[in-house]
Amino acid sequence: MFGNIMSQKVLLNEKEVNIILHRLACQLIEKHHKFQNTVLIGLQPRGVFLADRLAKILSEHYKIKNIQLGYLDITFFRDDFRRGDKPLEANKTKINFIVEDKNIVFIDDVLYTGRSIRAALTAIQSFGRPNEIELLTLIDRRFSRHLPIQPNYRGRQVDVINDEKVRVNWKERDKEDSVYLIEK
Amino acid sequence: MSELSVNHLLGIKYLNKEDIKLIFETADHFKEVINRPIKKVPSLRDITIANLFFENSTRTKLSFELAQKRLSADVINFSSAQSSVKKGETLIDTVNNILSMKVDMVVMRHPNPGAGVFLSKHVSASIVNAGDGAHEHPTQALLDSYSIREKLGNVKGKKVVIVGDILHSRVALSNIFALQLQGAEVMVCGPKTLIPKYIDKLGVKVETNLRKALNWCDVANMLRVQNERMDISYFPTTREYTQQFGVNKALLDSLDKEITIMHPGPINRGVEITSDVADSSQSIILDQVQNGVAVRMAVIYLLASKIKQ
Repeated sequence: MFGNIMSQKVLLNEKEVNIILHRLACQLIEKHHKFQNTVLIGLQPRGVFLADRLAKILSEHYKIKNIQLGYLDITFFRDDFRRGDKPLEANKTKINFIVEDKNIVFIDDVLYTGRSIRAALTAIQSFGRPNEIELLTLIDRRFSRHLPIQPNYRGRQVDVINDEKVRVNWKERDKEDSVYLIEK
Repeated sequence: MSELSVNHLLGIKYLNKEDIKLIFETADHFKEVINRPIKKVPSLRDITIANLFFENSTRTKLSFELAQKRLSADVINFSSAQSSVKKGETLIDTVNNILSMKVDMVVMRHPNPGAGVFLSKHVSASIVNAGDGAHEHPTQALLDSYSIREKLGNVKGKKVVIVGDILHSRVALSNIFALQLQGAEVMVCGPKTLIPKYIDKLGVKVETNLRKALNWCDVANMLRVQNERMDISYFPTTREYTQQFGVNKALLDSLDKEITIMHPGPINRGVEITSDVADSSQSIILDQVQNGVAVRMAVIYLLASKIKQ
Protein backbone atom coordinates (compact mmCIF):
# COMPACT_ATOMS: atom_id res chain seq x y z
CA MET A 1 0.00 0.00 0.00
CA PHE A 2 1.24 3.47 -0.79
CA GLY A 3 1.57 5.65 2.25
CA ASN A 4 2.47 2.74 4.50
CA ILE A 5 5.77 3.57 6.12
CA MET A 6 6.25 0.00 7.28
CA SER A 7 5.80 -2.94 4.99
CA GLN A 8 5.96 -6.53 6.06
CA LYS A 9 6.48 -9.84 4.35
CA VAL A 10 5.65 -13.28 5.70
CA LEU A 11 8.77 -15.38 6.12
CA LEU A 12 7.07 -18.34 7.78
CA ASN A 13 3.40 -19.11 8.30
CA GLU A 14 1.88 -21.22 11.04
CA LYS A 15 2.25 -24.50 9.18
CA GLU A 16 5.87 -23.84 8.32
CA VAL A 17 6.67 -22.82 11.90
CA ASN A 18 5.11 -26.07 13.10
CA ILE A 19 7.09 -28.21 10.66
CA ILE A 20 10.31 -26.48 11.66
CA LEU A 21 9.60 -26.95 15.38
CA HIS A 22 9.12 -30.69 14.89
CA ARG A 23 12.28 -30.90 12.83
CA LEU A 24 14.24 -29.03 15.52
CA ALA A 25 12.79 -31.33 18.19
CA CYS A 26 13.93 -34.37 16.19
CA GLN A 27 17.40 -32.92 15.75
CA LEU A 28 17.62 -32.41 19.49
CA ILE A 29 16.55 -36.01 20.11
CA GLU A 30 19.14 -37.24 17.61
CA LYS A 31 21.87 -35.60 19.66
CA HIS A 32 20.52 -35.79 23.20
CA HIS A 33 18.50 -39.05 23.11
CA LYS A 34 16.54 -39.17 26.35
CA PHE A 35 17.73 -35.81 27.68
CA GLN A 36 19.10 -37.45 30.81
CA ASN A 37 21.92 -34.96 31.15
CA THR A 38 20.52 -32.18 28.98
CA VAL A 39 18.70 -29.05 30.00
CA LEU A 40 16.88 -26.52 27.83
CA ILE A 41 17.36 -22.85 28.65
CA GLY A 42 15.10 -20.28 27.00
CA LEU A 43 16.61 -16.81 26.81
CA GLN A 44 14.41 -14.00 28.11
CA PRO A 45 12.36 -12.33 26.91
CA ARG A 46 11.63 -13.84 23.47
CA GLY A 47 13.33 -17.20 23.57
CA VAL A 48 11.10 -18.59 26.30
CA PHE A 49 8.08 -19.07 24.02
CA LEU A 50 10.17 -21.18 21.65
CA ALA A 51 11.67 -23.10 24.58
CA ASP A 52 8.22 -23.80 26.06
CA ARG A 53 6.94 -24.96 22.69
CA LEU A 54 9.88 -27.28 22.03
CA ALA A 55 9.65 -28.78 25.52
CA LYS A 56 5.95 -29.40 24.93
CA ILE A 57 6.53 -31.07 21.55
CA LEU A 58 9.33 -33.21 23.00
CA SER A 59 7.21 -34.44 25.87
CA GLU A 60 3.84 -34.80 24.12
CA HIS A 61 4.82 -36.00 20.64
CA TYR A 62 8.08 -37.75 21.29
CA LYS A 63 7.39 -38.95 24.84
CA ILE A 64 10.58 -37.60 26.34
CA LYS A 65 10.06 -37.64 30.09
CA ASN A 66 11.22 -35.14 32.69
CA ILE A 67 12.60 -32.45 30.43
CA GLN A 68 14.38 -29.82 32.47
CA LEU A 69 13.51 -26.35 31.25
CA GLY A 70 14.74 -23.02 32.58
CA TYR A 71 14.60 -19.34 31.66
CA LEU A 72 17.66 -17.14 31.74
CA ASP A 73 17.55 -13.36 31.85
CA ILE A 74 20.70 -11.69 30.56
CA THR A 75 19.88 -8.03 31.26
CA PHE A 76 22.53 -7.51 33.93
CA PHE A 77 25.16 -9.20 31.76
CA ARG A 78 24.64 -7.15 28.60
CA ASP A 79 27.46 -5.07 27.17
CA ASP A 80 25.27 -2.07 26.29
CA PHE A 81 24.30 -0.89 29.79
CA ARG A 82 24.16 2.95 29.72
CA ARG A 83 24.85 2.92 25.97
CA GLY A 84 21.35 2.85 24.56
CA ASP A 85 18.64 5.48 24.78
CA LYS A 86 16.26 3.20 26.60
CA PRO A 87 16.94 1.63 29.99
CA LEU A 88 17.30 -2.14 29.87
CA GLU A 89 14.33 -4.09 31.11
CA ALA A 90 14.98 -7.11 33.28
CA ASN A 91 12.96 -10.32 33.21
CA LYS A 92 12.63 -13.29 35.45
CA THR A 93 15.33 -15.92 35.63
CA LYS A 94 13.97 -19.32 36.55
CA ILE A 95 16.51 -22.10 36.79
CA ASN A 96 15.49 -24.62 39.41
CA PHE A 97 18.32 -27.06 38.80
CA ILE A 98 22.10 -27.16 38.91
CA VAL A 99 23.78 -26.80 35.51
CA GLU A 100 27.08 -28.25 36.72
CA ASP A 101 28.27 -30.86 34.17
CA LYS A 102 25.01 -30.63 32.23
CA ASN A 103 24.64 -30.28 28.49
CA ILE A 104 22.84 -27.01 27.93
CA VAL A 105 20.84 -25.97 24.89
CA PHE A 106 20.29 -22.21 24.73
CA ILE A 107 17.08 -21.38 22.91
CA ASP A 108 16.36 -18.00 21.33
CA ASP A 109 14.04 -16.86 18.57
CA VAL A 110 16.38 -14.76 16.40
CA LEU A 111 20.16 -14.84 16.22
CA TYR A 112 21.39 -11.45 15.02
CA THR A 113 24.63 -9.86 16.30
CA GLY A 114 25.38 -12.66 18.76
CA ARG A 115 25.77 -10.24 21.66
CA SER A 116 22.85 -11.68 23.62
CA ILE A 117 24.39 -15.11 23.35
CA ARG A 118 27.73 -13.73 24.56
CA ALA A 119 25.90 -12.29 27.58
CA ALA A 120 24.07 -15.58 28.14
CA LEU A 121 27.35 -17.51 28.09
CA THR A 122 28.58 -15.30 30.92
CA ALA A 123 25.29 -15.31 32.81
CA ILE A 124 24.97 -19.09 32.89
CA GLN A 125 28.31 -19.36 34.70
CA SER A 126 26.54 -18.04 37.81
CA PHE A 127 24.72 -21.37 37.97
CA GLY A 128 27.71 -23.67 37.64
CA ARG A 129 30.12 -25.04 35.03
CA PRO A 130 28.21 -26.81 32.30
CA ASN A 131 29.73 -29.66 30.34
CA GLU A 132 28.73 -28.24 26.98
CA ILE A 133 26.57 -25.43 25.62
CA GLU A 134 24.74 -25.51 22.29
CA LEU A 135 22.59 -22.92 20.61
CA LEU A 136 19.23 -23.34 18.91
CA THR A 137 17.53 -20.49 17.09
CA LEU A 138 14.40 -20.35 14.99
CA ILE A 139 15.78 -17.63 12.72
CA ASP A 140 19.45 -17.15 11.91
CA ARG A 141 20.13 -13.73 10.37
CA ARG A 142 23.12 -14.46 8.20
CA PHE A 143 25.97 -11.95 7.64
CA SER A 144 25.00 -9.80 10.63
CA ARG A 145 27.17 -11.24 13.38
CA HIS A 146 29.42 -9.03 15.49
CA LEU A 147 30.93 -11.98 17.31
CA PRO A 148 32.12 -15.46 16.30
CA ILE A 149 28.93 -17.23 17.40
CA GLN A 150 26.94 -19.71 15.29
CA PRO A 151 23.87 -21.83 16.05
CA ASN A 152 24.06 -25.62 16.34
CA TYR A 153 20.41 -25.94 15.33
CA ARG A 154 18.68 -23.41 13.12
CA GLY A 155 15.09 -23.22 11.97
CA ARG A 156 15.57 -21.00 8.96
CA GLN A 157 18.48 -18.97 7.72
CA VAL A 158 17.56 -15.58 6.27
CA ASP A 159 19.47 -12.77 4.61
CA VAL A 160 18.24 -9.51 6.01
CA ILE A 161 19.59 -6.05 5.41
CA ASN A 162 20.34 -4.07 8.51
CA ASP A 163 17.37 -1.75 8.67
CA GLU A 164 14.94 -4.62 8.33
CA LYS A 165 13.61 -6.41 11.34
CA VAL A 166 12.56 -10.00 11.88
CA ARG A 167 9.52 -10.41 14.09
CA VAL A 168 8.54 -13.79 15.50
CA ASN A 169 4.95 -14.13 16.73
CA TRP A 170 3.73 -16.82 19.07
CA LYS A 171 0.14 -17.92 19.59
CA GLU A 172 0.51 -17.62 23.37
CA ARG A 173 1.20 -13.93 23.13
CA ASP A 174 0.49 -12.65 19.62
CA LYS A 175 -2.46 -14.89 18.68
CA GLU A 176 -0.63 -16.54 15.74
CA ASP A 177 2.53 -18.47 14.98
CA SER A 178 4.36 -16.60 12.25
CA VAL A 179 7.58 -14.89 11.28
CA TYR A 180 7.55 -11.54 9.49
CA LEU A 181 10.21 -9.51 7.80
CA ILE A 182 9.46 -5.87 8.58
CA GLU A 183 10.93 -2.98 6.64
CA LYS A 184 11.30 0.13 8.70
CA MET B 1 11.16 -0.25 31.34
CA SER B 2 10.51 3.17 32.63
CA GLU B 3 13.24 4.91 34.55
CA LEU B 4 13.42 6.75 37.87
CA SER B 5 12.07 10.29 37.91
CA VAL B 6 15.12 11.45 39.89
CA ASN B 7 18.90 11.47 39.35
CA HIS B 8 19.67 11.19 43.07
CA LEU B 9 18.05 9.36 45.94
CA LEU B 10 17.93 12.11 48.53
CA GLY B 11 14.75 11.18 50.31
CA ILE B 12 11.46 9.36 49.81
CA LYS B 13 9.67 12.69 49.53
CA TYR B 14 11.32 13.27 46.16
CA LEU B 15 10.04 9.96 44.75
CA ASN B 16 6.69 9.06 43.26
CA LYS B 17 4.66 5.86 43.36
CA GLU B 18 6.01 4.57 40.04
CA ASP B 19 9.60 5.03 41.23
CA ILE B 20 8.95 2.81 44.23
CA LYS B 21 7.24 0.21 42.05
CA LEU B 22 10.19 0.20 39.64
CA ILE B 23 12.71 -0.12 42.49
CA PHE B 24 10.80 -3.08 43.96
CA GLU B 25 10.44 -4.86 40.62
CA THR B 26 14.15 -4.42 39.97
CA ALA B 27 14.95 -5.58 43.51
CA ASP B 28 12.95 -8.78 42.83
CA HIS B 29 15.42 -9.63 40.07
CA PHE B 30 18.42 -8.83 42.26
CA LYS B 31 17.03 -10.90 45.11
CA GLU B 32 17.08 -13.86 42.74
CA VAL B 33 20.66 -12.95 41.73
CA ILE B 34 21.94 -12.87 45.33
CA ASN B 35 20.55 -16.33 45.95
CA ARG B 36 22.55 -17.85 43.08
CA PRO B 37 25.75 -19.81 43.67
CA ILE B 38 27.61 -16.88 42.10
CA LYS B 39 25.95 -13.79 43.46
CA LYS B 40 27.41 -11.22 41.14
CA VAL B 41 26.50 -9.51 37.88
CA PRO B 42 28.83 -7.38 35.73
CA SER B 43 26.43 -4.47 35.01
CA LEU B 44 28.31 -1.69 36.81
CA ARG B 45 31.87 -2.68 35.99
CA ASP B 46 32.59 0.80 34.60
CA ILE B 47 31.13 2.69 37.57
CA THR B 48 33.05 3.88 40.63
CA ILE B 49 31.19 4.60 43.85
CA ALA B 50 32.44 6.41 46.94
CA ASN B 51 30.87 5.57 50.28
CA LEU B 52 31.25 8.61 52.49
CA PHE B 53 30.27 7.97 56.09
CA PHE B 54 30.51 11.07 58.25
CA GLU B 55 28.66 9.19 60.96
CA ASN B 56 29.04 5.68 62.34
CA SER B 57 27.33 2.83 60.60
CA THR B 58 27.90 -0.88 60.38
CA ARG B 59 24.88 -2.47 58.77
CA THR B 60 24.06 0.23 56.24
CA LYS B 61 27.67 0.57 55.15
CA LEU B 62 28.13 -3.18 54.77
CA SER B 63 24.85 -3.49 52.93
CA PHE B 64 25.70 -0.71 50.48
CA GLU B 65 29.18 -2.05 49.92
CA LEU B 66 27.92 -5.55 49.28
CA ALA B 67 25.27 -4.24 46.91
CA GLN B 68 27.91 -2.29 44.98
CA LYS B 69 30.27 -5.23 44.81
CA ARG B 70 27.55 -7.59 43.64
CA LEU B 71 26.94 -5.19 40.76
CA SER B 72 30.71 -5.22 40.00
CA ALA B 73 31.17 -1.50 40.73
CA ASP B 74 34.51 -0.25 42.02
CA VAL B 75 34.12 0.93 45.59
CA ILE B 76 36.09 3.33 47.75
CA ASN B 77 35.27 3.84 51.40
CA PHE B 78 35.73 6.82 53.56
CA SER B 79 34.81 7.49 57.13
CA SER B 80 35.24 10.83 58.78
CA ALA B 81 37.07 9.40 61.77
CA GLN B 82 40.22 8.95 59.69
CA SER B 83 39.88 11.86 57.30
CA SER B 84 40.77 15.45 56.56
CA VAL B 85 37.36 16.50 57.84
CA LYS B 86 39.05 16.46 61.20
CA LYS B 87 41.57 18.93 59.76
CA GLY B 88 38.83 21.39 58.85
CA GLU B 89 38.05 20.60 55.21
CA THR B 90 34.54 21.56 54.03
CA LEU B 91 32.06 18.98 52.75
CA ILE B 92 32.13 20.29 49.16
CA ASP B 93 35.93 20.29 49.11
CA THR B 94 36.09 16.78 50.48
CA VAL B 95 33.63 15.50 47.92
CA ASN B 96 35.10 17.42 44.97
CA ASN B 97 38.52 16.03 45.80
CA ILE B 98 37.10 12.55 45.69
CA LEU B 99 35.18 13.24 42.49
CA SER B 100 38.30 14.52 40.74
CA MET B 101 39.49 10.93 40.96
CA LYS B 102 36.63 10.06 38.55
CA VAL B 103 33.94 8.82 40.88
CA ASP B 104 30.45 8.46 39.39
CA MET B 105 28.28 8.07 42.45
CA VAL B 106 28.41 9.06 46.11
CA VAL B 107 26.64 7.24 48.93
CA MET B 108 26.69 9.53 51.94
CA ARG B 109 25.70 9.43 55.57
CA HIS B 110 25.97 12.73 57.37
CA PRO B 111 24.88 14.01 60.79
CA ASN B 112 23.32 17.17 59.31
CA PRO B 113 19.81 17.04 57.84
CA GLY B 114 19.83 18.14 54.20
CA ALA B 115 23.51 17.34 53.62
CA GLY B 116 22.61 15.18 50.63
CA VAL B 117 20.38 17.79 49.04
CA PHE B 118 23.08 20.42 49.55
CA LEU B 119 25.72 18.21 47.97
CA SER B 120 23.54 17.32 44.99
CA LYS B 121 23.36 21.02 44.11
CA HIS B 122 27.12 21.49 44.16
CA VAL B 123 28.69 18.37 42.69
CA SER B 124 28.19 16.45 39.48
CA ALA B 125 27.97 12.90 40.85
CA SER B 126 24.77 11.02 41.55
CA ILE B 127 24.03 11.12 45.31
CA VAL B 128 22.43 8.44 47.46
CA ASN B 129 21.43 9.53 50.94
CA ALA B 130 22.34 6.84 53.46
CA GLY B 131 20.93 8.87 56.33
CA ASP B 132 21.12 12.60 56.99
CA GLY B 133 20.71 13.47 60.66
CA ALA B 134 17.15 13.05 61.86
CA HIS B 135 15.81 13.77 58.37
CA GLU B 136 15.60 10.80 55.97
CA HIS B 137 17.02 7.33 55.44
CA PRO B 138 15.37 6.44 52.15
CA THR B 139 16.92 3.04 51.44
CA GLN B 140 15.89 1.81 54.90
CA ALA B 141 12.29 2.86 54.26
CA LEU B 142 12.38 1.17 50.85
CA LEU B 143 13.66 -2.10 52.26
CA ASP B 144 11.09 -1.93 55.07
CA SER B 145 8.24 -1.53 52.58
CA TYR B 146 9.78 -4.18 50.34
CA SER B 147 9.84 -6.59 53.30
CA ILE B 148 6.19 -5.82 54.13
CA ARG B 149 5.29 -6.40 50.48
CA GLU B 150 7.17 -9.71 50.55
CA LYS B 151 5.57 -10.89 53.80
CA LEU B 152 2.02 -9.61 53.34
CA GLY B 153 1.77 -9.45 49.54
CA ASN B 154 1.03 -5.76 49.37
CA VAL B 155 1.71 -2.52 51.20
CA LYS B 156 -1.50 -0.84 50.11
CA GLY B 157 -4.20 -0.86 52.77
CA LYS B 158 -1.91 -2.23 55.50
CA LYS B 159 -1.78 -0.63 58.92
CA VAL B 160 1.72 0.06 60.15
CA VAL B 161 2.68 1.42 63.54
CA ILE B 162 6.12 2.90 64.12
CA VAL B 163 6.98 2.55 67.78
CA GLY B 164 9.60 4.38 69.82
CA ASP B 165 11.86 7.34 69.34
CA ILE B 166 10.11 9.15 66.50
CA LEU B 167 11.74 12.49 67.33
CA HIS B 168 15.29 11.48 66.52
CA SER B 169 14.47 8.96 63.82
CA ARG B 170 15.19 9.41 60.15
CA VAL B 171 13.84 5.90 59.64
CA ALA B 172 10.44 7.02 60.95
CA LEU B 173 10.13 10.00 58.61
CA SER B 174 11.23 8.10 55.50
CA ASN B 175 8.92 5.24 56.44
CA ILE B 176 5.96 7.57 56.87
CA PHE B 177 6.52 9.04 53.40
CA ALA B 178 7.11 5.64 51.78
CA LEU B 179 4.14 3.90 53.39
CA GLN B 180 1.73 6.73 52.66
CA LEU B 181 2.90 6.90 49.04
CA GLN B 182 1.99 3.24 48.69
CA GLY B 183 -1.41 3.63 50.32
CA ALA B 184 -0.72 2.24 53.80
CA GLU B 185 -2.09 3.75 57.00
CA VAL B 186 0.55 4.90 59.45
CA MET B 187 0.48 5.40 63.20
CA VAL B 188 3.30 6.51 65.47
CA CYS B 189 3.48 5.37 69.07
CA GLY B 190 5.88 6.34 71.84
CA PRO B 191 6.36 8.57 74.85
CA LYS B 192 4.93 12.05 74.22
CA THR B 193 8.39 13.53 74.67
CA LEU B 194 9.70 11.49 71.72
CA ILE B 195 6.85 12.29 69.33
CA PRO B 196 7.38 15.53 67.40
CA LYS B 197 4.72 18.19 67.78
CA TYR B 198 2.47 18.55 64.72
CA ILE B 199 3.46 15.13 63.34
CA ASP B 200 -0.28 14.52 62.86
CA LYS B 201 -0.07 17.16 60.10
CA LEU B 202 1.67 14.50 58.03
CA GLY B 203 -1.54 12.49 58.17
CA VAL B 204 -0.37 9.91 60.70
CA LYS B 205 -2.28 8.75 63.76
CA VAL B 206 -0.67 9.32 67.14
CA GLU B 207 -1.04 6.88 70.03
CA THR B 208 0.69 6.71 73.38
CA ASN B 209 -0.75 3.35 74.45
CA LEU B 210 1.27 0.50 72.95
CA ARG B 211 -1.41 -2.17 73.43
CA LYS B 212 -3.98 -0.07 71.56
CA ALA B 213 -1.47 0.58 68.78
CA LEU B 214 -0.61 -3.11 68.41
CA ASN B 215 -4.28 -4.06 68.36
CA TRP B 216 -4.80 -1.64 65.50
CA CYS B 217 -1.87 -2.58 63.30
CA ASP B 218 -0.81 -5.34 60.88
CA VAL B 219 2.87 -4.48 61.21
CA ALA B 220 4.85 -2.94 64.07
CA ASN B 221 8.17 -1.33 63.21
CA MET B 222 10.11 -1.06 66.47
CA LEU B 223 12.68 1.71 66.55
CA ARG B 224 15.78 1.85 68.66
CA VAL B 225 16.05 4.33 71.47
CA GLN B 226 18.79 6.61 70.16
CA ASN B 227 20.62 7.44 73.34
CA GLU B 228 23.46 9.03 71.40
CA ARG B 229 21.15 11.72 70.02
CA MET B 230 19.49 12.54 73.32
CA ASP B 231 20.93 15.61 74.94
CA ILE B 232 18.31 15.66 77.68
CA SER B 233 16.27 13.00 79.44
CA TYR B 234 13.15 12.18 77.44
CA PHE B 235 11.90 9.46 79.79
CA PRO B 236 12.71 8.68 83.43
CA THR B 237 14.51 5.35 83.04
CA THR B 238 15.14 2.72 80.40
CA ARG B 239 13.23 0.27 82.58
CA GLU B 240 10.17 2.48 82.57
CA TYR B 241 10.44 2.90 78.79
CA THR B 242 10.57 -0.89 78.37
CA GLN B 243 7.54 -1.39 80.60
CA GLN B 244 5.45 1.00 78.55
CA PHE B 245 6.83 0.71 75.03
CA GLY B 246 8.77 -2.54 74.92
CA VAL B 247 7.28 -5.48 73.02
CA ASN B 248 7.46 -8.90 74.65
CA LYS B 249 6.04 -12.30 73.78
CA ALA B 250 3.31 -12.16 76.44
CA LEU B 251 2.02 -8.90 75.01
CA LEU B 252 2.03 -10.26 71.44
CA ASP B 253 0.29 -13.47 72.52
CA SER B 254 -2.43 -11.51 74.28
CA LEU B 255 -3.42 -9.77 71.03
CA ASP B 256 -6.26 -11.33 69.08
CA LYS B 257 -4.22 -11.45 65.84
CA GLU B 258 -0.70 -12.19 64.72
CA ILE B 259 1.16 -9.06 63.73
CA THR B 260 4.49 -8.77 61.92
CA ILE B 261 7.42 -7.33 63.85
CA MET B 262 10.15 -5.28 62.19
CA HIS B 263 13.23 -3.52 63.48
CA PRO B 264 15.75 -1.48 61.47
CA GLY B 265 18.61 -2.52 63.79
CA PRO B 266 20.72 -2.38 65.78
CA ILE B 267 18.48 -3.97 68.40
CA ASN B 268 18.73 -3.10 72.06
CA ARG B 269 17.58 -6.53 73.22
CA GLY B 270 15.42 -6.26 76.28
CA VAL B 271 14.71 -2.56 75.75
CA GLU B 272 12.36 -1.93 72.81
CA ILE B 273 11.99 -5.62 72.00
CA THR B 274 12.72 -8.82 73.92
CA SER B 275 14.88 -11.62 72.52
CA ASP B 276 12.04 -14.11 72.20
CA VAL B 277 10.13 -11.64 70.01
CA ALA B 278 13.17 -10.66 67.93
CA ASP B 279 13.89 -14.34 67.21
CA SER B 280 10.26 -15.45 66.76
CA SER B 281 8.54 -16.38 63.51
CA GLN B 282 6.57 -13.13 63.65
CA SER B 283 9.77 -11.15 63.28
CA ILE B 284 11.12 -10.38 59.79
CA ILE B 285 14.19 -8.56 61.06
CA LEU B 286 16.72 -10.75 59.23
CA ASP B 287 14.63 -10.69 56.05
CA GLN B 288 14.91 -6.92 56.21
CA VAL B 289 18.68 -7.21 56.26
CA GLN B 290 18.76 -9.56 53.26
CA ASN B 291 16.27 -7.42 51.35
CA GLY B 292 18.43 -4.39 52.12
CA VAL B 293 21.11 -5.65 49.76
CA ALA B 294 18.65 -6.36 46.95
CA VAL B 295 16.88 -3.00 47.34
CA ARG B 296 20.17 -1.10 47.43
CA MET B 297 21.35 -2.97 44.33
CA ALA B 298 18.15 -1.86 42.60
CA VAL B 299 18.57 1.78 43.65
CA ILE B 300 22.22 1.90 42.58
CA TYR B 301 21.53 0.08 39.30
CA LEU B 302 18.65 2.38 38.38
CA LEU B 303 20.56 5.55 39.27
CA ALA B 304 23.67 4.32 37.46
CA SER B 305 21.64 3.69 34.31
CA LYS B 306 20.93 7.44 34.25
CA ILE B 307 24.59 8.46 34.41
CA LYS B 308 25.64 9.58 30.95
CA GLN B 309 28.79 8.08 29.54
